[in-house]
Parts: sequence; structure tokens; C-alpha cells
Amino acid sequence: MSDVLSFRFNVDGEDFTSAGQASVQVKKDLRRLGLDPEIIRRVSIAMYEGEINMVIHAGGGQAEVQVAEDAITIILEDKGPGIADIEQAMQAGFSTAPDAVRSLGFGAGMGLPNMKRYTDYMDIQSTVGVGTRVTMRVDIPQ
Amino acid sequence: MTVQRLLEKTGLTAVALPEGDREVTGVYIGDLLSWVMGRAASGDAWITIMSNQNIVAVATLADTACIILAEGVQPDEGVTQLALDKGINLLCSPHSAYETALLLRDAL
Ligand SMILES: Nc1ncnc2c1ncn2[C@@H]1O[C@H](COP(=O)(O)OP(=O)(O)O)[C@@H](O)[C@H]1O
Ligand SMILES: [Mg+2]
Repeated sequence: MSDVLSFRFNVDGEDFTSAGQASVQVKKDLRRLGLDPEIIRRVSIAMYEGEINMVIHAGGGQAEVQVAEDAITIILEDKGPGIADIEQAMQAGFSTAPDAVRSLGFGAGMGLPNMKRYTDYMDIQSTVGVGTRVTMRVDIPQ
Repeated sequence: MTVQRLLEKTGLTAVALPEGDREVTGVYIGDLLSWVMGRAASGDAWITIMSNQNIVAVATLADTACIILAEGVQPDEGVTQLALDKGINLLCSPHSAYETALLLRDAL
């Protein structure tokens, strides 16, 4: 597995209505590569949840997707407020999302749990006042 | 059954039908988008009252066969065009989510 294909996206923190563009693009790109639809589905949903989190909670950020022969890795990085208690944030139903966001159907506190569920590996590095870096990996069965 | 055939059998209306031959294999009802992405299956008809732009991305990523707006809800401005652009079937039902699901149950 020497060849790694990578895609980079700037996730706009202002535009909530068009949030998800990076994930939808990644879904298209992975389809073009002929990957298994269920793998694509898991990758693109996990990435979308992460992308939405950067828009809602961190004012935007950067996304990178690396495609290797045996795995797809998603790295989401932002310079938002950071997460003080990661364990609490990971709990199903925990959310600090504002009402305006909830009225659009987000903020159910199921984003991080979905990201964990749909990926084979997930790591969150976060420093309050500095930002958050989420790394996720979905293995491709050989 | 295809979405096109489902329309004929149920009398529901489509505001966008770019992929009418998509197969419907199940039903999921929900308005919280993360629940939909966590629980809806690929090929489900997704019944919701959420009508904002984000439903198109969610349907794309969750790979649902169609979105059905229940309770006579109409899509927000720009959503129909977005659905057409992204290849998402967008249907409208004058009935409640429950009654819409019963219609689908009889049809599928
Ligand atoms: N990138 C981020 N920056 C800062 N806080 C975050 C970030 N991602 C998640 N969080 C925090 O973790 C909580 C739980 O996230 P999540 O499970 O996706 O639920 P939701 O987004 O619906 O609130 C959020 O409400 C927020 O407080
Ligand atoms: Mg979230």
C-alpha cells in the first residue's frame, strides 16, 4: 500500500445551508474509485458529522481524506473553542448546539457517536481555546 | 418497487424525481438528522417534516431512495432545485408520518 490518494477541503464556517459539500464530494470521488458502497456510506456519513461539527461548534476548519489500498483516513482540524470533556461529548445525546441549529434537525448529540460507530478507529485531540483534531479510519477488507 | 411505481400506487406527489427508477426497500421515519444517518438503511424511503436544504445532503449520504415530506410540508426555497441537481427524489404527502407509513406498507 504505497500509493495514497488524498483530497483536501476547506470547510466554511459561515454557510450552514451548504454544509456537507466536502462529504458529498468525497462520496462522489470514492464512487469513481469503485469502492464498496457500504464503505463509502460509512466514510461519507462519518465525515459529514465531523464537517457539521466544525461548522456548528468551531466556525469551520480543514478536512483531509486519504485513500490507501487498505484503509480510508479522514482528518478534520479546526481552530474552534476545543472540547473540554471529550468523554462527555462522546455520550449519545450530549449536545451544546444552539436552538437555531436544533430547529434544522441537528444538535441531537448523536454526531460523535455516529462517527465512532461508522469507523474502525477514531481519535480526538482537543485543547480548549486552541482547537480540535479528529482522526477517523475505515478499513477496507482485503 | 421503484419510486415511480410507488407514486402511482400511493397517489403521493413528487416535486423532484431525478431518479424515478430507484428501488425502495424499506421505510425510516425521523426528523433528527443524525438519527437518520445512524439508523436509516440504504434504499429506505425517508419520511420527515424537516424541509431545509440539509435534508438533501443527508439523503445523499445515507443513500435513501427518496425523501417524503409528511403533513403537507412544502420544501424550503431552493430545496427542490438542489434535490434535482443532486439526484435526490423529493416527494410530498398530505398525510401524517404514520398515515404515510401505512400507505407505504400497503404499497411495498
Ligand atoms: N469540532 C468541535 N469543536 C468544539 N466542540 C465540539 C466539536 N465537535 C463536537 N463538539 C462538542 O461535542 C458535542 C457533541 O457533539 P455531537 O455528538 O456531534 O453532537 P451535536 O453536534 O449534535 O451537538 C457538541 O455539542 C459540542 O459541544
Ligand atoms: Mg454533531
